[in-house]
Amino acid sequence: MAVLELTNVSRHFGAIQAVNDVSFSIEPGEVVGLMGDNGAGKSTLVKMIAGNFRPSEGSMKMDGAELVLHKPVDARRHGIEIVHQDLALCNNLTAAANVFLGRELRKGVGPFSVLDYATMYRRAGEIFKELKSETRPRDLVKQMSGGQRQAVAIARTMLSEARIVLMDEPTAAISVRQVAEVLNLIRELRGKGIAVVLISHRMPDVFDVADRVIVMRRGRKVADKQIARSSPEEVTGLITGAIEQVA
Amino acid sequence: MATTLEQTIAHKQQSWLSRIVGTQTFWVLCAVLLACIYLSFATDSFATTKNLYNITRNVTFVAIIALGMTLVIITGGIDLSVGSVLCLCSMVLGVTMHAGYGIEVGIAAAIATALIVGAFNGVLIAYLGFPPFVVTLGMLSIARSLAMVASGNTVVFEFGPDHNLLLSLGGGAWFFGIANPVMYMIVLALLTGFVLRWTRFGRHVYAIGGNEHAATLTGVPVKPIKVAVYMISALSAGIAGIIQTGWLGAITTNIGAGLELQVIAAAVIGGANLAGGVGTAFGALVGSALIEVIRNSLGLLGINAFWQGTFIGGAIILAVLFDRIRNFRQSE
Repeated sequence: MAVLELTNVSRHFGAIQAVNDVSFSIEPGEVVGLMGDNGAGKSTLVKMIAGNFRPSEGSMKMDGAELVLHKPVDARRHGIEIVHQDLALCNNLTAAANVFLGRELRKGVGPFSVLDYATMYRRAGEIFKELKSETRPRDLVKQMSGGQRQAVAIARTMLSEARIVLMDEPTAAISVRQVAEVLNLIRELRGKGIAVVLISHRMPDVFDVADRVIVMRRGRKVADKQIARSSPEEVTGLITGAIEQVA
Repeated sequence: MATTLEQTIAHKQQSWLSRIVGTQTFWVLCAVLLACIYLSFATDSFATTKNLYNITRNVTFVAIIALGMTLVIITGGIDLSVGSVLCLCSMVLGVTMHAGYGIEVGIAAAIATALIVGAFNGVLIAYLGFPPFVVTLGMLSIARSLAMVASGNTVVFEFGPDHNLLLSLGGGAWFFGIANPVMYMIVLALLTGFVLRWTRFGRHVYAIGGNEHAATLTGVPVKPIKVAVYMISALSAGIAGIIQTGWLGAITTNIGAGLELQVIAAAVIGGANLAGGVGTAFGALVGSALIEVIRNSLGLLGINAFWQGTFIGGAIILAVLFDRIRNFRQSE
């Protein structure tokens, strides 16, 4: 069954139709590339899944059940995690502190509970190992490479039982070697049966790692194809509007 | 392969020793200790019980407020109103007790005043987006003016039925001949250090200073924490005011004037970074200690007191210079 299903979802801001009648579904362990030019409606679409906006029309379902999100915390509770474009990391804190930011583990009773450093270091280490990333939980984030920083941001999504991970431009501002590292992280997530929505401008990354590509143009979904049956040329045409729409 | 990855992840990059030696606070502490050792040999009067008693007690007023200020600075803010808030709280305490109320009522009124002032600062900064500099600069003016209004700009030196209790609270030495203010300072420093290192609140204070936007996105209650931090800063000023009132035995409307700059200097010398995200309770104490030792030693060494500002200013720049040098080395 589809982990996430959108049916005729629209969102408008006043007279502006940001997302118009979009339907698609995502299976567990599927990596979907979401592409489109600036202003095509990608961010609005993702923000609806993340609980930042509610759809003006249409419905979302998770595992077949109606999904209503009032705020980002609701999305998190349903196992929808986001890796923000700027990663939302605190440079002055350790990797482990960043992974657990806002969800710190504590030990003790009630008002006497204190931060459980040992468990947080151990859990963060385990997650980095699962992600096959050479990231040390005790290191400060400011000393880390772009790839390690991505690993820290992605590790956050694995604290709870994530079902869907939304990644906003994860490869936009990092070196070629680190891009390969990030794509590997995405494959690790897929291997665990987590669905990944990868928003990207970078054609090679999407064709490297995604199973399927969805193209948005001016608020509408203009393509939804298996990667194997598409080509970068076709997707470019769809993004720019040279190709109107494909089935 | 799996083992090497595991080893890499488990590897600690620095031992705790190298981590401590790498901090600004450590070097400032060394400077304080060296200065103390030097002064013990160079002067007859430094290492006397009476002088040490005076130094430790003088440190406390700046140090207690520097603890609160350090929290504000870690979040990337600043509180310029502490000197005036100290004066206002002292005055509220003095006027209440002078009117015949007991010490409990006086202290409760002074602390309530501090919390209200702090909450006012915090709400304007956190919820209405005012720059901390502007809000607390305004409060610097408001609080001192209110202190003048409350007292009619007179000196208060009679504190009603609990007069003697107040004076021994601030001026006494109940434990092992250590001045009471020093005991309060130690307790408050331990408490602040504990909160910063071991509580979720403390962790979030650092996170806000490191990247406020990230803290918001990850679900940290940024706004309430910022309000709390300004309330703690004002509270620390209020507590210092209560203790100082007991010690001096009289309040004028100009006590604490210019104190905010000394407090900020102490926090910065102790390793707090005005850009936010860095600072410790211990650093606040060490920074305050350095300032007091410089002040005390100039007197004992017979150097003209006009030089005091030069030495303290030099210490601020020198302390931060160490940090800059370390950063240059890291970025290369």
